[in-house]
Amino acid sequence: MDPECSRLLPALCAALADPRQPLADDTCLEKLLDWFKTVTEAESSLLLLQENPALVELLSHVLKSQDMSSRVLSFSLRLAGTFAAQEDCFLYLQQGELLLGLFGEGGPQCWAAWSVPTVRSGWIQGLRSLAQHPCALHFLADSGAVDTIFSLQGDPSLFVASAASQLLVHTLALSMQAGATGCSGLWDGVWPACAQKIMGHLEESLQSTAAPQVTQALNVLTSTFGRCHSPWTETLWGQLCPLVARLLERTPIPAAHSLVDLLLSVARSPALSSSHGRLWEAVAQALRCLSPMQAGSLALGMLKLPHCPQALRVQAFGVLLQPLACVVKATAQAPGPPGCSMWPPGWLDGAEGSSLTVDTLLSSKSACVGILCQTLAQLEELQPLPQRPAPWPQEPLLGAAVTILRLCHGSATSSSSGGGRLCATLAGCVRVQRAALDFLGTLSQETRSQELEKEVFAVLSEYLGSPDSSPTVLKKAFQTTLRWLLSSPRTPGCPDLGPQPLLFLRELFPVLQKRLCSPSWEVRDSVLEFLTQLSRHWGGQADFRRALLASEVPTLTQQLLQDPESYVRASAVAAAGQLSSRGLQAAPDSPEHPQAQQGLLGELLCILSTDSEGFPRRAVVQVFTEWLRDGHADVARDTEWFIATVLQVVSQDLDWEVRVQGLELAQVFLVQRLGQPRCPYMVALPEAASATPIPEVLQSLCRLRLFDFAFRALLDCDRPVAQKACELLLFLKDKTAMCGGLQEAGDIPGSASGQVTLQRWRAGEQGQLPGDLQPEAMLALLRSTDLEGLQARLAQSSDHMEKSPQSLLQDMLATVGVLGENEADCY
Amino acid sequence: MKLYCLSGHPTLPCNVLKFKSTTIMLDCGLDVTSTLNFLPLPLVQSPRLSNLPGWSLKDGNAFLDKELKECSGHVFVDSVPEFCLPETELIDLSTVDVILISNYHCMMALPYITEHTGFTGTVYATEPTVQIGRLLMEELVNFIERVPKAQSASLWKNKGIQRLLPSPLKDAVGVSTWRGCYTMQEVNSALSKIQLVGYSQKIELFGAVQVTPLSSGYALGSSNWIIQSHYEKVSYVSGSSLLTTHPQPMDQASLKNSDVLILTGLTQIPTANPDGMVGEFCSNLALTVRNGGNVLVPCYPSGVIYDLLECLYQYIDSAGLSSVPFYFISPVANSSLEFSQIFAEWLCHNKQSKVYLPEPPFPHAELIQTNKLKHYPSIHGDFSNDFRQPCVVFTGHPSLRFGDVVHFMELWGKSSLNTVIFTEPDFSYLEALAPYQPLAMKCIYCPIDTRLNFIQVSKLLKEAQPLHVVCPEQYTQPPPTQSHRMDLMIDCQPPAMSYRRAEVLALPFKRRYEKIEIMPELADSLVPMEIKPGISLATVSAVLHTKDNKHVLQPPPRPAQPPGKKRKRVSEDIPDCKVLKPLLSGSIPVEQFVQTLEKHGFSDIKVEDTAKGHIVLLQEAETLIQIEEDSTHIICDNDEMLRVRLRDLVLKFLQKF
Repeated sequence: MDPECSRLLPALCAALADPRQPLADDTCLEKLLDWFKTVTEAESSLLLLQENPALVELLSHVLKSQDMSSRVLSFSLRLAGTFAAQEDCFLYLQQGELLLGLFGEGGPQCWAAWSVPTVRSGWIQGLRSLAQHPCALHFLADSGAVDTIFSLQGDPSLFVASAASQLLVHTLALSMQAGATGCSGLWDGVWPACAQKIMGHLEESLQSTAAPQVTQALNVLTSTFGRCHSPWTETLWGQLCPLVARLLERTPIPAAHSLVDLLLSVARSPALSSSHGRLWEAVAQALRCLSPMQAGSLALGMLKLPHCPQALRVQAFGVLLQPLACVVKATAQAPGPPGCSMWPPGWLDGAEGSSLTVDTLLSSKSACVGILCQTLAQLEELQPLPQRPAPWPQEPLLGAAVTILRLCHGSATSSSSGGGRLCATLAGCVRVQRAALDFLGTLSQETRSQELEKEVFAVLSEYLGSPDSSPTVLKKAFQTTLRWLLSSPRTPGCPDLGPQPLLFLRELFPVLQKRLCSPSWEVRDSVLEFLTQLSRHWGGQADFRRALLASEVPTLTQQLLQDPESYVRASAVAAAGQLSSRGLQAAPDSPEHPQAQQGLLGELLCILSTDSEGFPRRAVVQVFTEWLRDGHADVARDTEWFIATVLQVVSQDLDWEVRVQGLELAQVFLVQRLGQPRCPYMVALPEAASATPIPEVLQSLCRLRLFDFAFRALLDCDRPVAQKACELLLFLKDKTAMCGGLQEAGDIPGSASGQVTLQRWRAGEQGQLPGDLQPEAMLALLRSTDLEGLQARLAQSSDHMEKSPQSLLQDMLATVGVLGENEADCY
Repeated sequence: MKLYCLSGHPTLPCNVLKFKSTTIMLDCGLDVTSTLNFLPLPLVQSPRLSNLPGWSLKDGNAFLDKELKECSGHVFVDSVPEFCLPETELIDLSTVDVILISNYHCMMALPYITEHTGFTGTVYATEPTVQIGRLLMEELVNFIERVPKAQSASLWKNKGIQRLLPSPLKDAVGVSTWRGCYTMQEVNSALSKIQLVGYSQKIELFGAVQVTPLSSGYALGSSNWIIQSHYEKVSYVSGSSLLTTHPQPMDQASLKNSDVLILTGLTQIPTANPDGMVGEFCSNLALTVRNGGNVLVPCYPSGVIYDLLECLYQYIDSAGLSSVPFYFISPVANSSLEFSQIFAEWLCHNKQSKVYLPEPPFPHAELIQTNKLKHYPSIHGDFSNDFRQPCVVFTGHPSLRFGDVVHFMELWGKSSLNTVIFTEPDFSYLEALAPYQPLAMKCIYCPIDTRLNFIQVSKLLKEAQPLHVVCPEQYTQPPPTQSHRMDLMIDCQPPAMSYRRAEVLALPFKRRYEKIEIMPELADSLVPMEIKPGISLATVSAVLHTKDNKHVLQPPPRPAQPPGKKRKRVSEDIPDCKVLKPLLSGSIPVEQFVQTLEKHGFSDIKVEDTAKGHIVLLQEAETLIQIEEDSTHIICDNDEMLRVRLRDLVLKFLQKF
């Protein structure tokens, strides 16, 4: 330990032990504990205690005086545990009866402070820390702590209860580890006493009629199988499996959620490969008996397992498909075969029993919404996995998703009473709509028939056009539409859109047009985002261009640059920028119109310099960067003017993200002029001749005042800006390393004044680099600045100075001191 | 209790409730959809309309060609438009005691009832209902009267001829009772019979029932009504809304625990959400205007238009429409806009609080001030000088059969740049547009109906818990066009009772109690006796005095004085007061009774149990004592002595007072 810290410790311990000295906050105690943990990891705890007797004094003081604040008491318990984690220190502390006093039966459990959850939590965590060696195990058994832990499992504080369960898991594992004999460390089949005690408790709990007790036992077991993969866990499961199976025979099944977790945890455990037979039986039984909601999670978990037997996979998939099959069946026009036969044979056989249960579930609104949302999300999760069931019933699933969307929209026609009821339940339900649209989007990745694709586009059209679609649903509908359009099969060798998407797109533009005029800004925003994506993908495609240009969408997009809502302006900037890059901008209505004269570039520059909100300005710089990358005609006409103008405006911007993006723009420009940055691992290719010789580039950089911009950004008070500027200047430094003479900075005219200006900026003064700085001076300035050092400094988080233990101790003492002074003033 | 249903239109109801000797008419709606069968009345001579070909029968017989004209395959009556009145034959309307009006749309038939049926009662309505109702009537009369039509067609109404006509004329119901519009004089006379009421005001009707208007949240001054006696409560829910628009919110709590809830005036477009429709309205309006087109909004001069103007107030700047003029043309435009600003107490909380700032509650005041919204009584006069295109015009009538809207349809119908946006849900837009076909202008249908939808109704019924629900038959089944939507109907337990036009419903509840007052001096004289813990009884001798449906127990007149001292006439008037027999209470324990009988020398006693009690058989005396819950009979063969003996034994077990 740092001698300075050692010096401060006695005072701090005294302050902590003094109940009249309230602490400013809990976090400093946490930090202190963290620090002790780091210290004990590096040094011997015993030595630490011997060198700093104040610490033991603090712990003894805690034992003696019971009027300690609960926070300090909890801290001391955890601290004692941290020290006692090392066996020699444990023995040292035990000699003084300290540990028994703190964790034994006559300890804090009998104090009034025990009623405070923090103290109970500290007690458990202290024990958890010290339980690292066989001595600790004996201590736990002898001190009666295990019984207390059992009772704390049902603690009213969830944190305490959970920590108690975790401690049990840890103790069980430690006990089994200690019981392992021989140098092989293998378990010889005899349960150590402590483990037996815990086992007995678990068995008793599993047979209890009280659901909370069953839940506690199941949670302990779930953690055990999740964390320990030693051979003994197999025996453990063998012993408890019948009890777990018996739980499934009860009605209602207690703690069903925890039961599912346990079964999944066991199934995932690599140690249990040979006793899986009984597990699969239990899982199959659970899939049959649990409610569809709970069975769904278990089914998904099983399907994700790579080694799940086929019969069980079929049963599990049946559970997942059942709710959708019920929906399809209820809405099928003719009763019987057509609805069911859509599904691949066999998948639904095992789940027939639960069909009734699902039907009842679908009749209540909240249950119906719950199970459909869950099922859709689970199938969505399953779809991209390699171990998903095969053959994947793509067509029935698509049909079901479309049916659900139609039901929510009220457009599904069904003559059956079940269908009518479903329609009434789901009509206008936003949650199901969102889930179904997400699921539909996922299904776009699969092959499909043209017929179904038509259906999908039809239902998407309904959603996009309907005035009743809520803005969030509409946004999802746009995202799903985009996924379907992107994945639509194209004619080989032809980059064009297929006939179906094309037809859809033609009908879509009038809808987009109307939506762009929507009074809801969320809607306008979603449309613009969708439009940006659309034109990014199909901007070059002739049919798309024709359909788009025939509509008023480009004009409306440009008009939305003036939208009162800043998010919409930002999206309009992105969309208009994208359309313009693709040559799809609106034709000017009237040439005398001022906006038409200045063009989109002028309008965007105007937004950049005048818009009061950050989002549109950020969007403008992003569009400009993209334009520069893509060689947009307006930019290519006079790139230098463009860069100079943009950088000048950006440098004045108050939003740091705009400034960062301005630096990004500058970097793209530099890369274009100087070539890609050198990568140390790149195979040395013959250097492509740089388009422009470096001195000339430097000359132009001086003209554009890019150096000025970058150096100013280097001293920016926002760290990301400074970091980006540093990166940019390092790139420049690297590129110009081979260029110019070896003159010292001081020898070059202007270089010295440059340094002075930099210093002044650092001091917060205004001013500019001398305008007529020559490239040589710039280079010299670049070389003389310690950019690498700066980069390293900037990489550290801003509080690295304040993190040292010394300052923590000082701060804590200072708080205590101030309080002391105030107290004196009162008298 | 009976309900007479005089209108078949669920949102323009007219029902008569007979309840406790009062006859109450609930609303007085006028079904204007009949006018859709007529040709529009153009403000300016329209060559297109006047040159429409006459209609002739299939066999070429053209005797109806003066009355019926054909336009794009539809046949219209070329005459002054006529309205479908409430049934007048079902019940003698002169017996109606009061008419309760729930909102200004539901009082349009009032002049027909108050002026032509011998009605002598009172009409109750809130002030905004009356004022805005007057505006609607005034507009209607003005629209019809300012374009006098020489011809009045009646031949087609002949039953034999009507059968030969094409649909929908063939299927029109009760055409012989259709009537032309009333006059302003009749309107004034009808309105003079209205008595103004405020929300939650209790109005006594002949002492028999109390009626109370409650805010219904649908329109300015719109109300639901509670009709209650001491032991019965009927709620009448008509045109209510739970949305936050301009009127005061709906009072739902007071509807709780009704015996009967009569439910009318639900949304006519249950599948359209008003928010979505307002969005559609704004988007389409902006799209049209941006393209240089004009927008026509056929509407009523009050109601949703206030909300639309408020939405536009927020929207036009963001949509870059600040320079587009908005015109509101109606003979009552000015009054409507002004009235809306002065009924502060009838507005929602937000708008009420604005009045204290003080600011006008509706932002259309600012639109008018900044010249963005201009209003005119008609297209003639100032409007023609100010008229600038592209523009947005709000004008009536939404049926497109009369009013200034006819002119704009003729003017703008030919260009596809223009758009007509239907926001009023009362008329089918396709039928409204039929006489304007072929039409190039775009038509957008965004009906905005803020009245309760079926989800809201089911919540309302769950909370209000009425014993019985009564509603128009249309609400008990899904709409014919969406027969699969089981959610678009009223779903309650027990199932709602439905009615249709010209039907009389006996409402399923019986009156069981009546409240009677006891005069204090009579109450003083009563001596209650406790017959079991918590229950005391007293005999009352009194005179029941009933007047104005109030019942009072008064002390009886003094007993007759010895004759001679009083004059004869007086003593004749006094009712015959016999000596009162004591009243008996209690029950006879059979076993003890038998023991007592044995003690008194009766032997050979047999007891039989019957369904209602016991029979005690005294075989020796050939006598039967029948003991039931509320009666005891002693049947013995002409032995009065024995009967009296037995009677006294029975009486021993009973309490007397």
